[in-house]
Amino acid sequence: MTLRSLIMRRTVNLSATLLMGLATLMVLLPLGLIFYHIVKMGFSSINPSFFTSIPQPPGEAGGGMANGMAGSAIMVGMASLVGVPVGIFGAIYLTEYGGGRLATAIRFSADVLSGIPSIITGMVAYTLLVVPMKGFSALAGSFALALIMIPIVLRTTEEQLKMVPSSLREASLALGVPLWRTTLKVTLRSALTGVITGILLATARVAGETAPLLFTALGNQFWSNKLTEPMAALPLQIFNFAIAPYEDWHRLAWGGALVLVVLMFTLSLAARWLGRSRHSG
Amino acid sequence: MDKTAARRNGDSIFRTLTLLFALSILIILLVMTGEMLMESLPSLRKFGWGFITGSDWDAVQGSFAALPYLYGSVVSSILAILLATPLSVGTGLFTTELAPHKVGVVTASLVELLAAIPSVIYGLWGILVMTPWLQTTIEPFLIKHLGFLPFFQGAPYGVSMLAAVFILMIMIIPIITSITKEVLLAVPQSQKEAAVALGATRWEMIRMAVIPYGRSGILGAVILGLGRAIGETMAVTMVIGNTPQISLSLLSPAYTMPSVIANEFAEATSKLHSSALMEIGLILLVVTLVINFMARLLLWSVTRRWKGGAA
Repeated sequence: MTLRSLIMRRTVNLSATLLMGLATLMVLLPLGLIFYHIVKMGFSSINPSFFTSIPQPPGEAGGGMANGMAGSAIMVGMASLVGVPVGIFGAIYLTEYGGGRLATAIRFSADVLSGIPSIITGMVAYTLLVVPMKGFSALAGSFALALIMIPIVLRTTEEQLKMVPSSLREASLALGVPLWRTTLKVTLRSALTGVITGILLATARVAGETAPLLFTALGNQFWSNKLTEPMAALPLQIFNFAIAPYEDWHRLAWGGALVLVVLMFTLSLAARWLGRSRHSG
Repeated sequence: MDKTAARRNGDSIFRTLTLLFALSILIILLVMTGEMLMESLPSLRKFGWGFITGSDWDAVQGSFAALPYLYGSVVSSILAILLATPLSVGTGLFTTELAPHKVGVVTASLVELLAAIPSVIYGLWGILVMTPWLQTTIEPFLIKHLGFLPFFQGAPYGVSMLAAVFILMIMIIPIITSITKEVLLAVPQSQKEAAVALGATRWEMIRMAVIPYGRSGILGAVILGLGRAIGETMAVTMVIGNTPQISLSLLSPAYTMPSVIANEFAEATSKLHSSALMEIGLILLVVTLVINFMARLLLWSVTRRWKGGAA
């Protein structure tokens, strides 16, 4: 090999490295900009009353998004009540009993399902709940969010259960513990931190969902604690205020975005921390 | 004897219970598809194929055709994928193969944070920060210097196809990057070592050992990103301008399938109107089902072959 070609090869190597570094910078640049704006605009609009009062009509300064935060908490909580057990028990079937074609089909469908646009989930919740109940409701919103949660919880729980060594199960079975108790008391328990990690991530994901709530929970300008009535949600408020032409509402939207982003990051950091302590311990 | 029978009962009850929960996945998928199909029937019967070839969307006259929405979805997603793919694959390669370990790990987790941001926040940033900037800086520049091309003609509105492409690109990069990273990490170490042992530079190692192994997995990641882009609703709705027109110019406002559903479904004026929106939803559902099916098939085959487990 001649010297010249070696120089050529090194030059190509160097320029490829630089190009990929450049690509990485271009990927990180918008991330930095988005964070910068959320933090800058968000902090200037958040004060104690942001967390205690409901939005003011346009033109009046102040106001908060307390009803949206409460509504989101209620609906995400109700969605978890359904989504978490269904996901976990479904995952138990896949790892502890399933092994055949049916289990593969379920696994595959869960992956495909989590790629379906969430607005379609909203439409389905609309036809299944809003139409028969003759009105938009927090219940329909929670239902839509639960549908989104199930496949996520199922797949992450399954991954965690698969990592539990089978010697643990065998030890318990050898002591005469029935399989179902072994599953709940040994298998699930030893995978618990991992399962909780998955639940946190799924919660974070649905807490930021807007599209499935558009025609289920609809949103509400005021306080509402009735599950059969339209309910406010933080992402819905951010959407409505961002597209409105009022400065005051834009400010509220930035504040809401900051709250939502802080919630996301807290949840995913908690998830990561749990995951790490599990691997090292 | 009694005890074993009770035990067997407990186990079979538990098994049936978990099976029912697991089946809920298939039930959801079937009910979703069935429900969307049923609700679309009035529109399917009335408009037939004309629904996807015509451009007339008029709630007052009761005539509905969806071509502008299809066009907006396809063009915005494909352009976003074209821009996002090289950047994502470059970032994936940089973080796994080229950067020092710590830099790679930090970059990868920053990119993953980007994936956790809800789409409504991208939309907020898009409509209040990005589109004004496009309107005052980028679009006038494009008109001045590239205005002879049909793609950059017209007035700078800010809200436009271009804005949708940019916001989609930013949103799908983290997805493609993180899956690409997984695929690249699954490339057998021995392959890379063999290339380096033969005197290959880092780039040659990537080209000869990493890319051939990762190709179908990266393709799967890109297709998955395409599915995400086509279904993306909130952020696009906020920046695309929501005007049902087919224009070659990237500077003019457009409309997508999820956006028209988001804007009109809650206030649909007639049965036919909501059925037409349902049919758009059905098209969206079928398209994303096919896309996700292909992507998962590719990714499953890749990771199964190497790790002996599911993706």
